Amino acid sequence: MCRVAPPGRPSQNSLSLFLSSFLNKNLVLFLSLCCQARIMAEQYRLELRNISKSFGEVRSLRNVDLRVGMNEVVGLLGDNGAGKSTLIKVITGYHQPDSGDIYFMGRRIDRLTVQRARELGVETVYQERALADQQNLWRNIFMGRELTTRFGFLDVKKMREETDRLMRGELGFTSSAVTPDSAIKGFSGGEKQGVAIVRALYFDAELIILDEPTMGLALSETRKLLNFVRDIKRAGKSAVFIDHNIFHVYEVADRIVLLDRGTVAGEFRKDDLTLNELLEKMQHVAETGTLD
Amino acid sequence: MATKANNQPLETAPKSVDLSRFARRNGLQIGIVGVLALLWLVFLTLAPTTFGEWAIYRSFLQSVPFFGIVALTLTMLVIGREMDLSFPAIMAISVTTFVLVNEATGNPWLAFGGCLLTGFLVGVLNGLIVVYIGLPSLIATIGTQFFWRGMVNVITNGRSFTLNELRDTPFRELFVGRLFGEIPMQMIWMLIVALVVWFLLNRHRFGAHVYLIGDNENSARLMGVAVNRTRILMFALVGVASAFAGLLTALEINNFFTNLGEAYLLIGLAAVFLGGTSVFGGVGTVFGTFVGCFIIASIQPAVVAIGWAGFTTQVIYGLIIVLSVAMHTLLRQRMRIG
Repeated sequence: MCRVAPPGRPSQNSLSLFLSSFLNKNLVLFLSLCCQARIMAEQYRLELRNISKSFGEVRSLRNVDLRVGMNEVVGLLGDNGAGKSTLIKVITGYHQPDSGDIYFMGRRIDRLTVQRARELGVETVYQERALADQQNLWRNIFMGRELTTRFGFLDVKKMREETDRLMRGELGFTSSAVTPDSAIKGFSGGEKQGVAIVRALYFDAELIILDEPTMGLALSETRKLLNFVRDIKRAGKSAVFIDHNIFHVYEVADRIVLLDRGTVAGEFRKDDLTLNELLEKMQHVAETGTLD
Repeated sequence: MATKANNQPLETAPKSVDLSRFARRNGLQIGIVGVLALLWLVFLTLAPTTFGEWAIYRSFLQSVPFFGIVALTLTMLVIGREMDLSFPAIMAISVTTFVLVNEATGNPWLAFGGCLLTGFLVGVLNGLIVVYIGLPSLIATIGTQFFWRGMVNVITNGRSFTLNELRDTPFRELFVGRLFGEIPMQMIWMLIVALVVWFLLNRHRFGAHVYLIGDNENSARLMGVAVNRTRILMFALVGVASAFAGLLTALEINNFFTNLGEAYLLIGLAAVFLGGTSVFGGVGTVFGTFVGCFIIASIQPAVVAIGWAGFTTQVIYGLIIVLSVAMHTLLRQRMRIG
């Protein structure tokens, strides 16, 4: 009920009036405030509040806030050691933050694990690719969430078929030497990256996280990847895009978050600044650690 | 239903491609079967009277399961990039539970349950030490091996137990009787264990995760595999299999000695590596280990039958193990990509 009526609409006011004749007026006020709060929070697909994470002495993240809209590509920029990878591993449930809260669709998630994040529709293309080299293609595609039959057995046939379909389609492997049963250790860097990306796509993600996805890609492959990020946006979904290459990030992001030494140093809408201004700001942050 | 669908791609693809693909995909298994066939021919030529008789094969069927059952589950553990040197001690401590419960209650079935439970718990303990304290399993299980062997001696005061009262009972017949008066039941049990482990490794998520963890633990973690739980379960399964194999051994000879299982440590491990399981994890097959067990078991009788000095056995062991593992390594490199 709360979701249907946005705040401020006449319908809700009349509903409130109608209810108040029966119920305690304060209760109605409280309820409508609750509705309002929920709707405000639901504007974000993902919200991190005050996240901190240390590894021993090293404070990787300090009071980081990050929001990703319902249909938004957020570019995450920062130097080596700025905390980009730690931040995305918090989002994917691999690291549990020392403090701070994580919200998905406005709902606070208590203990976010990799499994839970995947259930919530987070898919990740990791910088380290997260592949198992000696295993074959289908085992890599379905790593960690193998398809099973009704009896709980692996549905090897279905996984082979799906992998074959993905191979011929999205991955663009045409050689007859490569089959779903080929071990991936002989693949090129680009091909392996393709496997990691296709794997993220297969499971209908709502939020796709790309950690340095253009690393080791040929020029044409990079183009394909950037188009793929645009497709995410067009499909009404969201992405967090991390890259060393500012030009790539600027090209596809709606909003850019600058990370520096574990804190958010700045946050811009792409429409509000030119590429040159962004470059200047980044340089300034790198030198001084602050935006101003 | 499933076979129909499986046949379809075979019909459409040219036959020669299928054959070479089959060879590439199963190179390791073909290699180990080749070694077995070669050895068998050599033995048959040099000792035709022994290897031309059924008796020697019956003795293999009788004795191989005692370490083979453990080797099968150990294969899974090694694929998962772990090691367990404590399995002989687990055999002994579990059978200790068996004899004590059997003496106290007179109910061998209850004692059987206690035996498997002991194996399971000791295995879980190995797993917990490795996973949560972070000791390398090689070192952790050297330690637990001493501990449990010691416990066996402390509990039994070093004395042995006779199991004569179980003779001719249905309980003993079920585990180590002779099927049709000929085939040792322990071999049937080894086949069952092989099928179960094959199934777990190839048709169950657990096995899929074992391969992934052995290949690249970090990737498995990133992709949401329950790494810790899977690893503990691997150790637990080796524990249960050791308990079972230990009980079969004791039942067969109607006796329980405190040093039960000690002889199986190295040949059990050798069977796993002979079978093509990689010590670096991520690669290995149940079939390979199964064949490896018979290779290992045939060496000693062959040496005796051929008439060489008993000391030769170890030389042959060493040669065959090094050569076979070298063969697997070379095959694996050549099969990089087709």
